[in-house]
Amino acid sequence: MKIVVLVKQVPDSGEERTLRADDKTVDRDAATKRMNELDEHAIEEALKLAEANGGEVTLLTMGPGDATDTIRKALSMGPDKAVHVSDDALHGSCAIATSKVLAAALGKLEWDLVLCGAESTDGGVQALPHMLAERLGVGAVTGARKVTVEGATVTVERQTDEGYEVLQTEGPAIVSVWDTINEPRYPSFKLIMAAKKKPVESFALADLGVSADEVGLANATSQVLEFAPKPPRQAGVKITDEGEGGAKLVEYLASEKFV
Amino acid sequence: MDFKLSEEHEALRQTVREFARDVVAPVIGDYYERREFPYDIVRQMGQMGLFGLPFPEEYGGMGGDYFALCVALEELARVDSSVAITLEAGVSLGAMPIYRFGSEEQKKTYLPELCRGEKLAAFGLTEPGSGSDAGAITTTARLEGDEWVINGSKAFITNSGTDITTAVTVTAVTGVKPDGRKEISAILAPSGTPGFSVAKEYSKVGWLASDTRELSFDNVRVPASNLVGERGRGYAQFLQILDEGRIAIAALAAGLAQGCVDESVKYARERHAFGQPIGNYQAIQFKIADMETRAHTARLAYYDAAARMLAGEPFKRQAAIAKLHASEIAVTNAREATQVHGGYGFMNEFPVARFWRDSKILEIGEGTSEVQRMLIARDLGL
Ligand SMILES: Cc1cc2nc3c(=O)[nH]c(=O)nc-3n(C[C@H](O)[C@H](O)[C@H](O)COP(=O)(O)OP(=O)(O)OC[C@H]3O[C@@H](n4cnc5c(N)ncnc54)[C@H](O)[C@@H]3O)c2cc1C
Repeated sequence: MKIVVLVKQVPDSGEERTLRADDKTVDRDAATKRMNELDEHAIEEALKLAEANGGEVTLLTMGPGDATDTIRKALSMGPDKAVHVSDDALHGSCAIATSKVLAAALGKLEWDLVLCGAESTDGGVQALPHMLAERLGVGAVTGARKVTVEGATVTVERQTDEGYEVLQTEGPAIVSVWDTINEPRYPSFKLIMAAKKKPVESFALADLGVSADEVGLANATSQVLEFAPKPPRQAGVKITDEGEGGAKLVEYLASEKFV
Repeated sequence: MDFKLSEEHEALRQTVREFARDVVAPVIGDYYERREFPYDIVRQMGQMGLFGLPFPEEYGGMGGDYFALCVALEELARVDSSVAITLEAGVSLGAMPIYRFGSEEQKKTYLPELCRGEKLAAFGLTEPGSGSDAGAITTTARLEGDEWVINGSKAFITNSGTDITTAVTVTAVTGVKPDGRKEISAILAPSGTPGFSVAKEYSKVGWLASDTRELSFDNVRVPASNLVGERGRGYAQFLQILDEGRIAIAALAAGLAQGCVDESVKYARERHAFGQPIGNYQAIQFKIADMETRAHTARLAYYDAAARMLAGEPFKRQAAIAKLHASEIAVTNAREATQVHGGYGFMNEFPVARFWRDSKILEIGEGTSEVQRMLIARDLGL
């Protein structure tokens, strides 16, 4: 079984993040970079499936040159190899262009299953798996909290607000996962050392047959026009109990649509 | 001439830092309060390969070096010392004597499960009547046919009474040397051997989530092949083990000292007094600056000792210096960090209270500060 995991380097969501003043894209230089948290869960799931069914796990990253840090870190969890799509022209690409590039890269790889995080903590679009599935003509199941594979059949428990749905598709397929699916492993020192020697193949746009005028900020389908920091938190509502505190609390909760 | 870590050591540091922050920190206070050994944390440390760090892959190890162990200890101790000492004693006192001096069969039998952290081994040197004066032990082992018969007792033995303890390497008097001195040898005593009893956990001041026991041996019979290394070389062997172990304890102490800085910086920003964060007051700033300075020099001292050791150069003096300095500054930093926290620093739910209780033993275990000074002075020719 061959699995490709999509991995993205993002600015650490635990820190203050901002957009660049000049082109209003994510300010990646100002931030500590890390692997998108949910991608760690996708890698863990891929490793588990490969361990159970035999197979190979390949990472696929589109990102600037320094994304190699994230690729090495991701490889130290145990995947066999990685593919890094990097090209100056990609800066500022929208989700649709990103899906075009990743689909082209996936077209160059052999796989039965693509796993990815349900969203990235910087973009948060959640639409990439569907876009990829559309371009590649395969099934997509998003938001998994459990994945099982039997032969070509992929069964997924899809997490919803109320509970979960059980969905099935025939592979090859694309599945995105939430953090409820597993606990990602910590890399061992042996794997950390081995990661350094694992093959990382680089693709530029030209290698994928995608032209520079299909991607990048200038060709994005959506644009950030304006941005402002979140207003500071308002002081909370204080209810003093003078006999009818309970009723007032319920009133407040109802007014905020909590109940 | 630099102490820049290799990419791999840096990646290991980062991984252990995340593990300590995400897995250890949230729960260790409760284990500590309950005086409970954190089996679940130890199991996860085992899965990460921490117990196998300095051992070759053929015995189930990670193929790393002793410095990798030190880096892991430092990062763990930044958050908690019980967990760190469990790793330190498990590797450098438990598994290391078997790896350094054991027979091929002993290594094949014990090392893989020790490297996975599924089992722990301990090292029993100290006795109720002798610690620093380790040559004065009274535990005996006599050879009867093809068995050693062990009698005596051991005090304060780390990791010797957990559910996953598999064996304790004990030092015992096995005869008299031609010059009239005691012949001391090291012998593996598997846990559960009839006559080998483990007392209940001590009531300790610190390291409350680590396992420390008194052991007694009443005609404990083990196969003659359980001798570790050469007969009569037990004393020399453990001196070598302790030399290395000092670097590991120094790393642990440097970690505790750094943890004191981490917590104090955080608290000094949050806590207000007289209308300002206390971190605005120079008295607090200078305290924390001094703490950082001490933690930094302690780290450099253990880096230096470890670098010498890995290069195959003499490192005895540097290891003693690192252990002496790091443990003493750990005590100072813990005291100062508690001071920065005011009354909250005296409350067990604050990490610095735990650091304070855990720091003192660092000046005592694996060679007291006095013993380190003796070693340094002796090495200077005095
Ligand atoms: C929590 C804990 C865990 C431990 N784990 C282990 C373990 O796993 N294995 C193990 O074998 N031991 C272990 N020990 C024992 C520890 O190593 C000893 O306590 C330590 O070596 C000191 O020995 P002692 O307690 O007998 O003190 P003593 O040797 O009696 O020392 C008492 C005091 O006298 C000083 N002193 C002694 N001799 C001299 C001298 N010649 N000149 C000047 N001053 C001197 C000492 O420095 C000290 O201040 C542990 C101890 C503790 C508390």
